Amino acid sequence: MTYIRPAFRHPELPRNELGFTRKDYEGAISTLCAGCGHDSISAAIVQACFELSIAPHKVAKLSGIGCSSKTPTYFLGNSHGFNSVHGRMPSVATGANLANRDLIYVGVSGDGDTASIGMGQFTHAVRRNLNMMYVVENNGCYGLTKGQDSATADIGSASKKGEPNHFEPIDLASVALQLGATFVARSFSGDRQQLVPLIKAAISHRGFAFIDVISPCVTFNNNPKSTKGYEHVRDHLAATGTVDYVPFKQEISTEYEQGQSKEVTLHDGSVVHLHKADPELDLNSRRSALRLIKDYKAKDQILTGLLFMDEKSQDLHEILGTSKTPLRDLGEAELCPGQKVLDKLNESLR
Amino acid sequence: MKATNTRDPEYFHKVVDCQYACPAHTPVPEYIRLIAAQRYTDAYMINWESNVFPGVLGRTCDRPCEPACRRGRIEEEPVAICRLKRVAADNKGDISDRMPIIPKKKNGKRIALIGGGPASLTVARDLMPLGYSVDLYDDQRAGGGFMRSQIPAFRLPEEVLNDEVDRILDMGVLTHFNHYVDSLKAVLDKNYDAVFVGSGAPRGRDLDLPGRQAADANVHIGIDWLSSVAFEHVENIGKKVIVLGGGNTAMDCCRTARRLGGDEVKVIVRSPFEEMKASPWEKEDAAHEGIPILDNHVPQEFIVEDGRLVAMRFDRVKAVYDSNGKRSLVSTGEDPVIVPCDDVLVAIGQENSFPWIERDVGLEFGKWDMPVVDEITFQSTNPSVFFGGDAAFGPQNVITAVAHGHQAAISIDLHCQGELVTKRPPPGVTLVSQKMGIHEWSYDSQVENDQRYQVPQAELEFTLSNRKLEVELGYDAMTAFQEAQRCLNCDAQTVFTEKLCIECDACVDICPTDCLSIIVNNSEEAELRQTLKMPANNTEQDIYVSENLRTGRAMIKDENVCLHCGLCAERCPTAAWDMQKLYYSVTKAGQCG
Ligand SMILES: Cc1cc2nc3c(=O)[nH]c(=O)nc-3n(C[C@H](O)[C@H](O)[C@H](O)COP(=O)(O)OP(=O)(O)OC[C@H]3O[C@@H](n4cnc5c(N)ncnc54)[C@H](O)[C@@H]3O)c2cc1C
Ligand SMILES: Cc1ncc(C[n+]2csc(CCOP(=O)(O)OP(=O)(O)O)c2C)c(N)n1
Ligand code: SF4
Ligand code: SF4
Ligand code: SF4
Ligand SMILES: [Mg+2]
Repeated sequence: MTYIRPAFRHPELPRNELGFTRKDYEGAISTLCAGCGHDSISAAIVQACFELSIAPHKVAKLSGIGCSSKTPTYFLGNSHGFNSVHGRMPSVATGANLANRDLIYVGVSGDGDTASIGMGQFTHAVRRNLNMMYVVENNGCYGLTKGQDSATADIGSASKKGEPNHFEPIDLASVALQLGATFVARSFSGDRQQLVPLIKAAISHRGFAFIDVISPCVTFNNNPKSTKGYEHVRDHLAATGTVDYVPFKQEISTEYEQGQSKEVTLHDGSVVHLHKADPELDLNSRRSALRLIKDYKAKDQILTGLLFMDEKSQDLHEILGTSKTPLRDLGEAELCPGQKVLDKLNESLR
Repeated sequence: MKATNTRDPEYFHKVVDCQYACPAHTPVPEYIRLIAAQRYTDAYMINWESNVFPGVLGRTCDRPCEPACRRGRIEEEPVAICRLKRVAADNKGDISDRMPIIPKKKNGKRIALIGGGPASLTVARDLMPLGYSVDLYDDQRAGGGFMRSQIPAFRLPEEVLNDEVDRILDMGVLTHFNHYVDSLKAVLDKNYDAVFVGSGAPRGRDLDLPGRQAADANVHIGIDWLSSVAFEHVENIGKKVIVLGGGNTAMDCCRTARRLGGDEVKVIVRSPFEEMKASPWEKEDAAHEGIPILDNHVPQEFIVEDGRLVAMRFDRVKAVYDSNGKRSLVSTGEDPVIVPCDDVLVAIGQENSFPWIERDVGLEFGKWDMPVVDEITFQSTNPSVFFGGDAAFGPQNVITAVAHGHQAAISIDLHCQGELVTKRPPPGVTLVSQKMGIHEWSYDSQVENDQRYQVPQAELEFTLSNRKLEVELGYDAMTAFQEAQRCLNCDAQTVFTEKLCIECDACVDICPTDCLSIIVNNSEEAELRQTLKMPANNTEQDIYVSENLRTGRAMIKDENVCLHCGLCAERCPTAAWDMQKLYYSVTKAGQCG
């Protein structure tokens, strides 16, 4: 009996700016099914945080319930974490973010956790433009409860049980676009090259950054009739283009073809390059993204990649004009300024 | 790069670094697991089949396996492979019923072995069970060659040696001890079907310096002196002793001198300390016994006063390297160093010498007056004369002599059966899945973090006063178990089946040492190595390349730091990776075809 991850790592592991190796961003060994797409996403998050040289204690991981929501245990073991109840991660994230605006918020959810029980919570986090990365690990089913169809399952798609789904699917990327998310992308757990730069850009983005990651459930929804299995997704994959994430300070060395390339500078100075595969896409237009998602779907293709970005986005703190100092850093004097100030306030309202 | 052909058994053999590095290719991980399971007799027999002298080698082997051990590439120290072997030997039960049966009826072929060291004894061990009649000639009074005359008893107790030598002689070898062979022609005239020369490299180098003749009574050639001690012709030495030389012989000389009355024993060597030929553990043992090593001192003169050696003069040097890295020792110009002494032991090397081989018996001699010997068949230019051990290509070590002996025995057998000696038998190979269930393997795949365990030693006050008292005490059963658990089971091979892989990346992500990558294979090896998840910079280690997978990419594995933890196979949803045990055994004489 094993299943204990050895302590040894490759002796030549590279170190990032903080002197950390990838190992410093790992979590506990995964207890998900062997081959679950969610594990690939965890590995992509590890890789992205390592490459961004994020101090692990500067990250808070938040999730709900589900196989996907279990994954924060399996990455960033040195970061903060909160496993909320089913579908309630957005409100916990909102509270945490308002109390401490200095942390990086990484939300991980499932299609059940977000598109079913948590839909109401999700929509409000989006429209408030909460500063966080919100990843949905989308397998078209409730993996943890043995594979019931979820609200993102396509019509006609059948899981292991074999019964085709009859209901219209919710396209979470479209919902996020409609509700005002300021960064929207879609990806596939099996496409690390695309996913890692998207995560890096999403983390660097200020505002609500949503990534819908198709992530096969090998155990319950990886059969030939499922539209969320490895084979189907690979065969129907299309991309808006390739994304390069260039951190602030690093000089841009690649040469980009005119016209086909879009360059976006984020508020922290880092740059996102999209080499467009489809010239139709206008990265700053929600309508363009919504239309393309539909067009590709009509062609039976899954459009992945960066779909929309509003780099001038104002997050909840800016909209509300909250204190620049995180609430949790304010002392008693600032938080309870005393009777005089209260009197003055009351006076002003009379 | 072309996909790897894993049907060639050498691919997986090379992954078992220790076994591959062992000249006799002892199945190391297999016997280590048996030791952990306290199956000492089984562990001993695996060794005995490969290396014939597990008790001797478990104490004295040069251990080429240990620097090769994978463990040394992921942490400080390799597994104590050698000292674990000793545990098997010390704790084995009765093995008499496991010995090969010696046919009563002989096959009519007669073989002469010249020299009774490990090479000759191995030939006897392999040929006796096949019905050969074997005559062994040696000028010493008992078998074992240098194992008896050179390796001091405090490293190798006589009982251990006798046990393993006698096991072979008791197969019915006709021994002619105290018999110096002074003519090969005379041996050939006795109409042997084949002659094996395992006479070693018995001549120690002398140092011709001013004063050498006058000091003769107190200057001794190291290996001659050690054998005089072993055979009890010499029982003491002066109080102040200088040992010249930096190899293992020098270490045995100084430690022996320390036990024979040398209170102030110094090793003095020309080269820098780090470049001495002695194994690091031999240097440590000498230091532990209070023997200083003076490096960068070149001997100049034996100083004799009143007809007696009183000191030696040395010039201090430093090592200078030219652009090709070639070293020269250049005098520092400082004052000469005078070191007082009563006796000097010269341990600056040994060489072959074949005064007893006539040059007209169809046996060609080549460079440095060494016989011309084929490196695979060990046949000389006289088709019925074979060489092995130190006699073949110069001084090496016991395990090399054994490996030569096995191969020479195959050749002798082929030669006597009228077959071509070049028809070498293929190795015996099995590759079997170790999967027993979910998360369950038939080997202990969990990787232990323990550092190498020290072998306990007897107290100096006892060892230094008794030349025959063994210094090392050996591991006890518990420590042996813990040390055995450090073994990574490199014979549990990762075996990949392309058509099962769904490219989910689970194996790539779980691999603790980043051995795996799924990438497009469209370049040559050197470039491909650099495009992996972790660049495969150790080019001595192979990379495995699969056929292309469904997406057109290939699974690539850098063998370098694979822990054989089996996590790739555990995390694979389709069992595209499997852990399969390679058992690779070198075929011996008579086992072919
Ligand atoms: C001081 C010292 C310490 C060593 N320690 C180690 C060690 O710890 N570990 C290790 O692996 N190796 C060690 N070695 C090396 C090792 O002993 C040899 O490499 C090994 O014994 C070679 O085996 P062999 O069978 O070729 O010959 P040998 O063991 O040298 O045996 C040859 C035998 O042939 C006899 N002989 C030679 N010529 C004739 C003749 N004409 N007629 C009859 N008999 C003859 C010799 O007397 C000798 O007995 C050591 C060597 C020395 C000198
Ligand atoms: C309030 C509540 N209702 C129902 C459940 C049962 N439940 C657990 S996980 C889950 C669905 C999870 O689906 P998803 O978010 O897609 O995660 P997956 O396992 O597919 O990754 C449900 C319904 C629960 N834990 N709590
Ligand atoms: S049930 Fe499905 S989603 Fe859950 S761990 Fe297994 S494969 Fe992944
Ligand atoms: S056995 Fe597999 S998972 Fe373990 S180190 Fe080797 S390749 Fe990696
Ligand atoms: S875990 Fe198995 S199926 Fe998945 S990529 Fe590795 S070998 Fe292929
Ligand atoms: Mg789900």
